[in-house]
Amino acid sequence: MYSEKVMEHFSNPRNVGEIEDADGVGTVGNPVCGDLMTIYIKVKDNIIEDIKFKTFGCGAAIATSSMVTEMAMGKTIEEALKISRNDVANELEGLPPVKMHCSNLAADALKAAIDDYKKKLTAKE
Amino acid sequence: MIYMDHSATSPVDIEVLNAMEPYFVDSYGNASTLYSLGREARRAMESSREKVASIIGANTDEIIFTSGGTESDNIAIKGIVYRFRRRGNNIITSNIEHPAVDETCKYLEKNGFEVTYLPVGKDGIVNTSDLEDAISDKTILITIMHANNEIGTIQPIREIGEIARENKIYFHTDAVQSVGKIPVNVEELNVDMLSLSAHKLYGPKGIGALYIKKGVNVEPIIHGGGHEKGIRPGTENVAGIVGLGKACEIAENNLEEEAQYLTTMRDELIRRVLSEIDESYLNGHPTKRLPNNINFRFTGIEGESLVLHLDSKNIASSTGSACSSKKLEASHVLMALGLEEVQAHGSLRLTLGKENKVEDINYVVESIKDAVDTLRKMSPLWCQAEV
Ligand SMILES: Cc1ncc(COP(=O)(O)O)c(C=O)c1O
Ligand code: FES
Repeated sequence: MYSEKVMEHFSNPRNVGEIEDADGVGTVGNPVCGDLMTIYIKVKDNIIEDIKFKTFGCGAAIATSSMVTEMAMGKTIEEALKISRNDVANELEGLPPVKMHCSNLAADALKAAIDDYKKKLTAKE
Repeated sequence: MIYMDHSATSPVDIEVLNAMEPYFVDSYGNASTLYSLGREARRAMESSREKVASIIGANTDEIIFTSGGTESDNIAIKGIVYRFRRRGNNIITSNIEHPAVDETCKYLEKNGFEVTYLPVGKDGIVNTSDLEDAISDKTILITIMHANNEIGTIQPIREIGEIARENKIYFHTDAVQSVGKIPVNVEELNVDMLSLSAHKLYGPKGIGALYIKKGVNVEPIIHGGGHEKGIRPGTENVAGIVGLGKACEIAENNLEEEAQYLTTMRDELIRRVLSEIDESYLNGHPTKRLPNNINFRFTGIEGESLVLHLDSKNIASSTGSACSSKKLEASHVLMALGLEEVQAHGSLRLTLGKENKVEDINYVVESIKDAVDTLRKMSPLWCQAEV
């Protein structure tokens, strides 16, 4: 039921792990399926120079986490913020209808990590 | 591939397939006709009925062929409550039933019936004193499954049946998972109706049977040409019926030996996983369960991704029931055991079959260890569990 791209990212997920001195951390969960995702970012000169994730969830949740980190890596904060829920699903060559919310989780976790980064930045200033 | 999802369905036994084959092209007659071709079909059907009756200790005239477990459950439940609705409107069931019973009860709730869902203990077993408390003079039917499809626990059907008899309430049991795996005898179990399905015991899909005790009258829920005493009209699926009969015959002949074989493999697999994987647990009762059922949970990981990982290692398993993989909610059966939602999401069901080999166990255990390890490394919950 999953596309080959989804299975490929699920089987070989990119950027798994934590960043200890992350500049931003975002965690989101889905109350219905109980899945949980955390994204860590390291930002330098407004560019996401490192990104990692940890996910408790279904195959789609793991694949979308992997995909969103790949898409955001090397992007400016503004570019990364433009990554939409649909973009993640499209890059994975689609998701089954009941699994669309899994890509929401990934896009939302990235946004949460960026928000956290921005908050820390203004707190410093 | 190592197939460990026999509770979802099982491969058709080659002997079953061979028995069925003549009834497609050669002996294709309609069993209701008078000429020899039809009589041949009729004879095959009746001989099959004897085999089905035999495996559950029933009389041949107490067996109705249906399209499977789902239809048998529907005919039994709706058939009784529609017929006896003037006596009362209460149905008692459990909160771990298969959707074939559960959704039928939910449907009836929307249509004027009142359903009592008995809880189960942490071990997945109904407490008969809860049943006694729940019975009222409005109760017309008790329907409680024999063995659960997700966690394999076996209910005290005989005791429940006794209580039902004392209170003169009809009693149906869904024995789809137990027939062919453990001894099932309708007399000993005190049941009025019992559902079974061929594809769980190495027979074909889309064929099953409903035992209806002599003297129990159900209201038909579909209407037509009067086949199967008018309870399940429609030109009979002769080849399927022959397959069901053959599957029952083989299962009955090998029951004890096979149960022993499966129990040994089951217990070895459980022992190794529980001792070799941290924070791994067995869901359901350790011994009052089907010889072929294993249901684990692992802290910090989610079942679907575990199933996908095992699939990449050529092991077919499932998270709960085959049906629940389309839904997102945690299994209602695991929730009924009192688990937290996040725990219930981390379950893995392995249901063994006769073609599984003892030699495969090591590979399966190592594969589970590997998959659990990989998934825990990427789980935000496992870190939290460690600190
Ligand atoms: C306990 C139980 N009841 C009913 C069914 C439905 O049987 P069938 O698939 O033959 O309709 C199943 C299997 O899917 C089952 O496990
Ligand atoms: S099912 Fe919820 S994230 Fe996939």
